[in-house]
Amino acid sequence: MANPLVSARGLTKHFDELVAVDAIDFDVQEGEAFGFLGPNGAGKSSTMRMIGSVSPLTAGTLSVLGLDPARDGPQIRARIGVVPQDDNLDLELTVYENLLIYGRYFGLSKAVIDGRVAELLRFTQLEDRRDSPVDPLSGGMKRRLVIARGLINTPELLLLDEPTTGLDPQARHLLWDRLYRLKQEGVTLIITTHYMDEAEQLCDRLVIMDKGKIAAEGAPRDLIDRYSTREVLELRFPVGTQAVNAEHLDGIAHKTEVLPDRVLLYTDNADHAHSKVLQAGFEPESTVSRRSTLEDVFLSLTGRTLVD
Amino acid sequence: MTVVGSLRVVEAGARVYRRTWRGSVISTFLNPILYLLAMGIGLGELVDEGSGGASLDLPYLTFLAPGLLAAAAMQTGAGDASYPVMAGIKWRKTYEATLSTPIGVPELLFGHLGWVTVRLTFVSVVFAAIMTLFGATSAVEGMLAVPPAVLTGLAFSSLVTAYTAKLKNEMGLAAMFRFAIVPLFLFSGTFFPIEQLPDYVEPLAYITPLWHGVELCRGLALGLEYTVHPLISVSYLVVLIAVGAVLGVMTLRRRLIA
Ligand SMILES: Nc1ncnc2c1ncn2[C@@H]1O[C@H](COP(=O)(O)OP(=O)(O)OP(=O)(O)O)[C@@H](O)[C@H]1O
Ligand SMILES: [Mg+2]
Repeated sequence: MANPLVSARGLTKHFDELVAVDAIDFDVQEGEAFGFLGPNGAGKSSTMRMIGSVSPLTAGTLSVLGLDPARDGPQIRARIGVVPQDDNLDLELTVYENLLIYGRYFGLSKAVIDGRVAELLRFTQLEDRRDSPVDPLSGGMKRRLVIARGLINTPELLLLDEPTTGLDPQARHLLWDRLYRLKQEGVTLIITTHYMDEAEQLCDRLVIMDKGKIAAEGAPRDLIDRYSTREVLELRFPVGTQAVNAEHLDGIAHKTEVLPDRVLLYTDNADHAHSKVLQAGFEPESTVSRRSTLEDVFLSLTGRTLVD
Repeated sequence: MTVVGSLRVVEAGARVYRRTWRGSVISTFLNPILYLLAMGIGLGELVDEGSGGASLDLPYLTFLAPGLLAAAAMQTGAGDASYPVMAGIKWRKTYEATLSTPIGVPELLFGHLGWVTVRLTFVSVVFAAIMTLFGATSAVEGMLAVPPAVLTGLAFSSLVTAYTAKLKNEMGLAAMFRFAIVPLFLFSGTFFPIEQLPDYVEPLAYITPLWHGVELCRGLALGLEYTVHPLISVSYLVVLIAVGAVLGVMTLRRRLIA
């Protein structure tokens, strides 16, 4: 295999006493969409900021585009695009001015920037907003503008920290579509998210992160096959009786998980399990049978849910 | 650190200013007029007619104007290094955006100070022109006071940037203006010679940067005798700028690239 675009060994980040990233290893290959899936505080942004060559490592090694972030930070940053978790746009300026100022930081000429702005605003469907101030734009528009800004230097690698958090479903799907097109154009994507559907949709390969560590790594489908059953039956019992009911469900499924508001039965055939539950005399208020997701993988690895 | 990088940050400052200059028009044009009218002309007449005129040996308006120019530069320098820097670090996080490009912390800081220098020059030239229109000084005298005023403003901007980068929230900024900038404004020789202060506080005035700035502006513009050698005052301000810049790089680093 070719040299990875990003390679980390024992990558560690401390903030005083706090261990935000705890000796993780991963490789990102050229052209792939690689994900970090994990709950709040897992260390996703801290990892992204180290890859973005902004935040120094506490320990371990990291190479980005074959370069060393500690030594070659400016050269690395010149060749990557960054979409940070918070939209750090200048709200007093227009859409165009935000892109112009950012592009000038890369030393691009105004003529080059103007050309790219036209193209990027078309790509992010913001053409008719070129000269409006940023402040009144909707959350989805601001997010798209940050993505356009991150592409102004035609990066080889794009870092997206929770690209769709806080957006409505329609805005999310539009963004997913744009990211998918970027990938087709050969841009390598690194994405963090705590939405399992986003990870499943966008990522060729991902790591599940929890408390600064990597809990598992693989393609979304492989992870599900490896750590979960094919299907899941969700049973919702009357409030406060999930655990009591779960105790007597043993044997019906491979594995039982009790959540505050429901019980999950891991099985290869949810409908079959459903009949057995009813035969045994249980009376759940509602049931859902579905395929396993990355959420289930996370639950099985950590005993907790992704979004609390 | 590259000069080119810093210049790009200066350029960004200018582009932002093109959109936001309206907010600073009042402080740039109106404040000098108001102060010169109220203090220079209104109060000045009383001073000149009373015993003050004799001890100053020149019209109060003429005495006041170069000092006020230095003080205005202090306020611009401190102002540009306070709320706008807090916005860059924390409220809008625009510094975070800048640092995700090839620009690094030293370039960000020197570019910021570079843009402040441009602003200070503009504000000081406007002030000097208004001074001249009021008849406080000749045009040449007024312009002579511009370089030391810019130096004064830059010393404050450099130190205040480092201070702002250490603050968790804006309360520390209000405190700074109330307990540092305003007292300096009043007691650094802008409105009256510091010899008028009680003897035991007089030495305090000598360590304030504004006093050195006022001395330089007044000395250069009016050809008055200096209390300390002007090179000492210039060196002092330059040292403060350097100290502020070093501290600024350190505090901004700690804050922005943790
Ligand atoms: N600059 C900082 N100073 C101190 N602690 C920090 C800093 N940045 C992050 N942390 C801490 O490091 C840990 C990991 O944070 P990080 O932002 O990397 O998590 P995350 O996975 O991105 O979470 P989220 O989904 O909430 O964005 C958290 O406990 C956080 O409080
Ligand atoms: Mg985060």
